Amino acid sequence: MTDYLIRGADVLGRGAADIAVRDGRIVEPELLDPDATEIVDAAGLVALPGLVDMHTHLREPGKEDAETVLTGSRSAAAGGFTCVHAMANTAPVADTAGVVEQVHRLGRSAGFTEVVPVGAVTIGLEGRQLAELGAMARSAARVRMFSDDGICVSDPLLMRRALEYVKTFDGIIAQHAQEPRLTEGAQMNESAVSAELGLPGWPAVAEESIIARDVLLAEHVGSRLHICHVSTAGSVDLIRWAKARGVAVTAEVTPHHLMLTDELVRTFDPVYKVNPPLRTDVDVTALRKALADGTIDVVGTDHAPHTAEHKCSEWTAAAMGMVGMESALSIVVAAMADYDFGFGDVARVMSTAPARITGASGHGSLEIGASANIVLVDPSAAHTIDPAAHATKGRNNPFAGVEVTAQVTDTFFYGHRVLAAGALTTPHPAGATWTDH
Amino acid sequence: MKHLLDTASLSRNDAIAILDIAEEMALVSEREVKKLPVLRGRTVVNLFFEDSTRTRLSFEAAAKRLSADVLNFSAKGSSVSKGESLQDTIQTISAMGADAIVVRHSGAGTAHRLAHTGWIDVPVVNAGDGTHEHPTQALLDAFTLRRALAGVPASGPVAGGPRGQGLDGAKVAIVGDVLHSRVARSNVHLLSGLGADVHLIAPATLLPWGVEDWPVTVHYDFDAALSAEDFAAVMMLRVQHERMHESFFPNAREYARLWGLSAARLEKLPAETFIMHPGPMNRGFEISAAAADSPRALVLDQVENGVSVRMAVLYRLLTGQEETND
Repeated sequence: MTDYLIRGADVLGRGAADIAVRDGRIVEPELLDPDATEIVDAAGLVALPGLVDMHTHLREPGKEDAETVLTGSRSAAAGGFTCVHAMANTAPVADTAGVVEQVHRLGRSAGFTEVVPVGAVTIGLEGRQLAELGAMARSAARVRMFSDDGICVSDPLLMRRALEYVKTFDGIIAQHAQEPRLTEGAQMNESAVSAELGLPGWPAVAEESIIARDVLLAEHVGSRLHICHVSTAGSVDLIRWAKARGVAVTAEVTPHHLMLTDELVRTFDPVYKVNPPLRTDVDVTALRKALADGTIDVVGTDHAPHTAEHKCSEWTAAAMGMVGMESALSIVVAAMADYDFGFGDVARVMSTAPARITGASGHGSLEIGASANIVLVDPSAAHTIDPAAHATKGRNNPFAGVEVTAQVTDTFFYGHRVLAAGALTTPHPAGATWTDH
Repeated sequence: MKHLLDTASLSRNDAIAILDIAEEMALVSEREVKKLPVLRGRTVVNLFFEDSTRTRLSFEAAAKRLSADVLNFSAKGSSVSKGESLQDTIQTISAMGADAIVVRHSGAGTAHRLAHTGWIDVPVVNAGDGTHEHPTQALLDAFTLRRALAGVPASGPVAGGPRGQGLDGAKVAIVGDVLHSRVARSNVHLLSGLGADVHLIAPATLLPWGVEDWPVTVHYDFDAALSAEDFAAVMMLRVQHERMHESFFPNAREYARLWGLSAARLEKLPAETFIMHPGPMNRGFEISAAAADSPRALVLDQVENGVSVRMAVLYRLLTGQEETND
């Protein structure tokens, strides 16, 4: 493996320093052999620990026309993610040790990012019976996070049992908070816009009522709860309240909910169709504040690629979801521009906190001795987002044509430079042996 | 105007212009040959993804009176029922040589999508999209109301029809299932844009979220509204029976009792209040037979005027003599 000296990067936005990478780890620079070290001139770039995405849909197995673990991994590397969690709503569903091990193995052979499967909470995501959570936890994939994402675990008793059961192996339940009866047939946020457009609404209360219930359940049974893609101001208030009570709840927001509102639905362009739906200005402001003050712990992309035929249709027939790994960092920086939110905060919400919550021990640190999962960001590379140029198969990126300033330029994945000056290179040479596990 | 997709973005001037052209079109019906040669050689496609014999026939009659050729496409039994995409369907039909597309679809926004995706490049007329809009219905309602309020026959050829006028000051009640009604949405925009004072009367379950911010007055109590206001017209909306199974109201009896235009309420209406209904009517449910058959009911005038108004819309879009205002 090549050793690197990353020279002059602004580390975490705290000032310029060198980062030495040897045999996949961050080491003291004097340990490098100057004759066998590649110098990376990082003057003007910001160095952050490799990003960790708690929320992606890599579509494999079953929907390989939309994305594969390989294309999704390349997309992750291009977006600066050295670890991504792959949601369970594949076909077959990731509800057994066999499927999660398959996804895990596909991730290793892809070699562009660490792919951590998320196990389903219930068999087939059907909300009736617990999946084999223990078997998935003990499998080679070492699953710790479980979610029926895309579908809410709406049965309160089943949710309680799941929260309790995963305590056995320090697991966490990631809830897709959506009361199903309140959102039957829903097409967009229930708002003045939905009323005018005549599209069936997805009210904020459908999210908030589940969050209220689940934080109380998590408190009652003393379990860890993660709320996926928080989208409303009311949800923020509930999470703030729960944290003040000491509930072990963490929360996530997507880049698109930090940036876009339901006014965009007036175009009837299905690229803006997503679940939970785009909300209002009031919600966007509340989410930004919550991310700045730590009420919301992490940014997760909810990267959800769809084939063109599922998006190039009428609004009501289109699939819900947006891709976003390759624009996530740029959008988060842009969305938080008006807040006291530096690159240290970007590292907190996109790397350190998600690594801590999910137990991704190889990520989230630039300390000496840590695995060399590093991303370099050019903070002043003004550019226009062009989804056609992205590595993901999905073209359903809602930020096409948006001008942003920050851009990921380099990604070091366990010491291997998978993204060099904006271009994807080669998979990690060590193949199956690169992790700390 | 390149397309007619909604009334929300239709200016007062454009709306009045369409109504005035419709006055001219109404004169055609007194001719011996009820046809104008203006769209000869042009093809209008009626693309109906949702069943609607009445609206389709009205558009067909309108196009034929303008001498256009008409192709009717119904999704039932077509490739759409076998899973063909909207894009393939529309491009297939366009390849057969459509000069205008009249589209009805169960999903809100479909007409807008056809007009703006670049799949086709012909005028699109929205003949009803989900619970969003039904602009030609609102235009024919406005036309009928304008006639009735001017004291001239509500339909048929009228040489000195009320051209150039809006509906300024007219107090119009729209009663019933506003939530699921594209007719109501189109009428709220159009009638208030033409200067009418629009009132919505319905149970809270059948009103859209945030209706308090609409340019309307809302009443839950039909009787109280009738006592308090002097309506120039009461427009009853069709209510689907299946709504009661979704708990929008307890049952048909209670709905009819509280929000139906019963014979008793008909008695209480001022003599000069007109009764409208977009059809098809549920007699005995939202409207009593006494009201439907009363001389003040404009229901059949609305149907007749629908043809004139749709002629005006097709004429305006297809002869393209107007400034664009899309």
